[in-house]
Order: sequence, then C-alpha cells, then structure tokens
Amino acid sequence: MPLSTQSQSDVDQYILIASLDNARNLSNILKAISFKDHAIFNATQNGLKVTVEDSKCLQANAFIQADIFQEYIIKEDAVGFQVNLTVLLDCLTIFGGSTVPGVCTALRMCYNGYGYPLTLFLEEGGVVTVCKINTQEPEEPIDFDFCSTNVTNKVILQSDSLKEAFSELDMTSEVLQITMSPSHPYFRLSTFGNSGNAHYDYPKDSDMMELFQCTKIQTNRYKMSLLKPSTKALALSCKVSVRTDSRGFLSLQYLVRNDDGQICFVEYYCCPDEEVEEE
Amino acid sequence: MDCVATGANVKVLAKAIHSLSRIGEELYLEPVDDGLALRSVNSSRSAFASFQLSPLFFQRYQAPTDQSFRCKMPIKSVQAVFKSLSSLERSVEKCRIQLNSEKSRLTITLHCKHGLLKTHNLSFQDCESLQAVFDKESCTNVLQAQPRLMVDTVLHFPPSLEEVNLSVSSDRVWLRNHVEDDADSSRAMMTELCLSSEEFDHFAISSQTSITFCLKELRGLLGFAESSCLPISMYFDEPGSPVILNVTDSVLEANFVLATLSEDSHSKNHVNSNTKRPDAEQPPDDFMSDDMDSFLIAMETSELPGPSHVPTSPLQPINNRKHSASDDEEEEALAERPPNKKFCSLFFGSVLPTPSLTNQTIQSQEVLASDSEDENQTETS
Repeated sequence: MPLSTQSQSDVDQYILIASLDNARNLSNILKAISFKDHAIFNATQNGLKVTVEDSKCLQANAFIQADIFQEYIIKEDAVGFQVNLTVLLDCLTIFGGSTVPGVCTALRMCYNGYGYPLTLFLEEGGVVTVCKINTQEPEEPIDFDFCSTNVTNKVILQSDSLKEAFSELDMTSEVLQITMSPSHPYFRLSTFGNSGNAHYDYPKDSDMMELFQCTKIQTNRYKMSLLKPSTKALALSCKVSVRTDSRGFLSLQYLVRNDDGQICFVEYYCCPDEEVEEE
Repeated sequence: MDCVATGANVKVLAKAIHSLSRIGEELYLEPVDDGLALRSVNSSRSAFASFQLSPLFFQRYQAPTDQSFRCKMPIKSVQAVFKSLSSLERSVEKCRIQLNSEKSRLTITLHCKHGLLKTHNLSFQDCESLQAVFDKESCTNVLQAQPRLMVDTVLHFPPSLEEVNLSVSSDRVWLRNHVEDDADSSRAMMTELCLSSEEFDHFAISSQTSITFCLKELRGLLGFAESSCLPISMYFDEPGSPVILNVTDSVLEANFVLATLSEDSHSKNHVNSNTKRPDAEQPPDDFMSDDMDSFLIAMETSELPGPSHVPTSPLQPINNRKHSASDDEEEEALAERPPNKKFCSLFFGSVLPTPSLTNQTIQSQEVLASDSEDENQTETS
C-alpha cells in the first residue's frame, strides 16, 4: 500500500492516526448523522465518537470502535476537534463512491493537534489523494444526562418493522407521539396530520419485538422535523433500541453492520415537545 | 357501516382507490344494503368513475342503518392509507373500514403481519349522492378486449398526451392522438394504431363513428383492469355522447364514464372529423399514407374562408335522439361549466336520493344532457 511509504518522521508528528481499508465503512456511518454541517470529533482509546446537534434539541452520535480500524493510534487520553461534515463526506467519496465489489478506497486519517488540519490520505487503484480539512475548536456538546438508571421504558425492535412505519408516517403531522405501556397498546406511534390521525400499534410478543421492558405508561410527543434525520440511520440499521427516561427524553440506538459485518452504533437523543394530554 | 376485506381483496380495494385518484380529488363513499360504492369525478365534470363492491367482496359487511348516508373526503387521505401497494400484498392480512356518522369519522384499520395494527382516522363531510346518468344498453357500439391489448395500444402514446381519438368501422378500430386545429402543424406528431376486429373478444359496431376523449382517465381504468386480469368493455355512440368503460367481476363492477368531444363545438373540428371518415374505406396497407393525405387536406381546408362540409354517406344510419334534460339540470350544468371547456357534453350532476337510484347497476332511460348549442341544432333539423 503506497500509504505505508510515508516517512516515519511524518507519522511521529500526528497525535491521532486512524486507517481503514474501506472508507465506505466510515462514510456510511457519518451519512447517517449528516443533518447539520458541523461535527464534533472525540477520539479516545476506545474509538471515535462523532457528534452532530440541532438547536440543542436533537443530538446524534456515531460510535466507531477502535477495532474497526486497521490502524488506530492515539497519543493522548482524548483528542477533540470540529470539522465540516459535508466537506469530510465529499472527501471520503472523492473517488466517486463506487459500489462495485472489490473496489474500495483506502483511508488514513491523521490529526496533528490543536490548530492543525485533519489530513486524509485516500488511495484507490494506485492513485493517492491528500485532503486537508480545516478544524475548529470543538463546541461543548449538550449533555442529555440520559442514564440507564433513569430509563422508564425500553423496547428493542427489528429495524425492518420500524422502517415500514416511518416510511408511511404522515409528514404533515407536526409531531410524532410515542406511547409505551405495560398494557395495550404496548408500543404505539401516532401522527396527527391534515387528513386525520393515524396509529401504529406494535404487539409486545411478536418476532419483531426482541425486548419489551415497559414499567409504566408514558406518552410523549417529539417534533417530526427533529426525528426525520434519524430515518437515515434507521435505513442502515438492523436493530433499534427505543428508550425513554422519566423526563420523556427519547433515545434511539441503532445497530449498524458495515460491509465487513462489523458493528457500529448510531444514537439519537431528542427532547420531548410540550406536555401531552392523555387522549 | 362496518366491513372487512381480507387477503387479495385488500389489494383490489387499494387498486380501486388508486384508479379513482386518477379521476378526481375527492372520494365519494355510499354504503347501502347491496354493497359499498366508491366514486370520483374530475373538476371539470367530464369524467366520472364508480366502483360497486358487493357484500360478497367483503368477509363481513354490515350496512348502515341510515340508508341515505353518504360522505366524501380528499382522496389523497385515503390513498395515503394504502401508500405502498407492493407491501400491501405482503404484509396486510385484513382491512377494516368503519363509518361513524355521529363522529363524522372514517376509520380504516390494517391488520398486518406480526400483529402490527395500523389505524387511520379520517374526517369526512356529508354530501349529496354523486350519480352519473348513463345507460350502457342504449349505446350502439360495443367493444370488449383483454386489458393487455388496450395497455399495449395506449403505451404508444406519450404520457403527456391529453386526448385520444377512436374511430371504428365494421371490421377495425383506429386509435390516434388528437391534435388541436390551432397546433403548429410542423411540430405535431401524429400517431395512429389500427386494430382488427379479431383482436377483440367482442366487436359489435352498428355505425361508423369517431370519438375523442381524455387519455389520462382511461389509463386509470387500464391500471385496475390489468392488475385484476378482467376484460374491459367499451360502450359508445357518437361524438358528444359519453363513452362508458366497464369492468365486471362476480363481486365488483367498475364504470368509467368519459365525456367525448362534440363535433359541433368547433366547426373546424367538424371538418377534420369528416375528412377522417374516408379512412375507413381504404385498404389497410395504405392507411398510413392516406392518413397523411387526409391530414394535408384538412390543413388546406381549414385555410379556406368559412367551413366546408363533406357530404355524409347516405348509407350511414341516422340517429335521432331526444333530449329531455330538465331545466334544473341544465342550469346546474351551465353554472358548473368552466369557460374554456372543450368537452361540452355534460351527463350528470347531483341527484337527490330516490330508491330507484340505489341499484347496483345504474340504469336510466333518461338521455344525457347536452349543451344548448346542440339542442338548437336538433331543433333546426
């Protein structure tokens, strides 16, 4: 691989190096959270976490574990920077984003520290492209304070069933209402659009429902415009965990398998809308 | 009303609603003892479609206690319920439709695989019964064909084409695109297809004629007939009288009634229509070049001052039709007509409910209303 010809002195200067034989494994995950231009990168020994936010009401996180990378070197406890996600995705697909089997873009991503650009070395078919993306000081992402001990209700669904419901949702509705209950309707998605209202009721004991842990009835509304971006992650995923805490905050955790069968996680947090009156 | 459709009939129901959406923007529902009627009409009231679903179409059918109940709603709302036709077949096991007249609510519940339940609550408004007064038995010309034949024929016309002309003789049918007289002749592309009577399951032509109607609405029915594998029957008379397209099964009947362009609405069109008539007499091998000659003749004729008339063949039977439309219907028809409407045959309006009109197959001896211009000509002759 031509990338390996880089001199040792160059390698030494970087505080973060992450290499992938197939850049698509990274670009697909990042596309799932690319609803805003800016992404916050946070790298630790465990791997890479990329965060995108919308109005401090919606937060998306993509987790790429260190094991996914063929080479992962980090010389500090944590490395943080902010980049333009649109530009980064354009660079990752600079060879055209071919889906032909056997043809893939190799990636080496390097960062030298505060003030330095994020440098991408991309190689496909013997051609090497170097991209340098300006970095910014990372903003402090909001802490939704969503902890497992505070989770009221939790279900794990096969993504296919949720994909079908989301594709049919009435987008003229301002909100998506989620009802989770130990008794009927168990797990319900509701919209209130121009045509009228619609309800999607999932039984708790079907093959689609892998886990059903609901301790008390809870109905919350979330702005449809905030949840629409999450459908990209849903499309990639095979399973989704839906959790709500006592404040009505929504956590959607998507399990995504890449081309090589490895697992990544994409996570969406969403604030609830105004208080819901029981219907 | 409460009715349940299961299995493949859910898809048929979805296809029917999809066909109706090609006609108009509102869906009219009228549940009666002998089944559920779904109807639609386009904004210019030149096309009307009706699906009669018999109680046997449903696994369970409970008619409303109020026989005069009927309602309408935006067809987009209902279409959204059956959004993904392909997944319907795979995942929907049962479809339940409930009409609650007290709450003005229509509830459609889809019972899907894995116990997934989709409930749609739609609002509706009360309305008068939407009826078209048409009579298939009184039409002089009848064609019946498998949907494949008609779909393959219509495929040759571009989706943007608005109107199509159908001409018949004793043993063949011509289908061609309708070109407006004022169209730039150098840009107009003529497409013509000729079908032998042997292509049809049933071919009963008692008079040579030529009718022009909208293609978009026809496609709506073709889609349904093709997916249902049911033959299409076509009933028509003369220019200005509506053409009726019918699809019938043991448990359902669909009728599409399309207005046709009247010869008298444009004198130039009258000339064109007459000059096209000789095509019927020519041998089939020469029909392409002959049509070009006719087209050129039509162009030359239209430039002459004042219209000229080709004599009608003395062998052609003369149809005397009485027009007994009531004054009320005529006034309503005139009021609703858009100013630049080409199709001047108006064949229906709102009809007050009477028991005789609730028959599954709407039969009426009353002839279709025509515009005043046509009536004047009748009086003259």
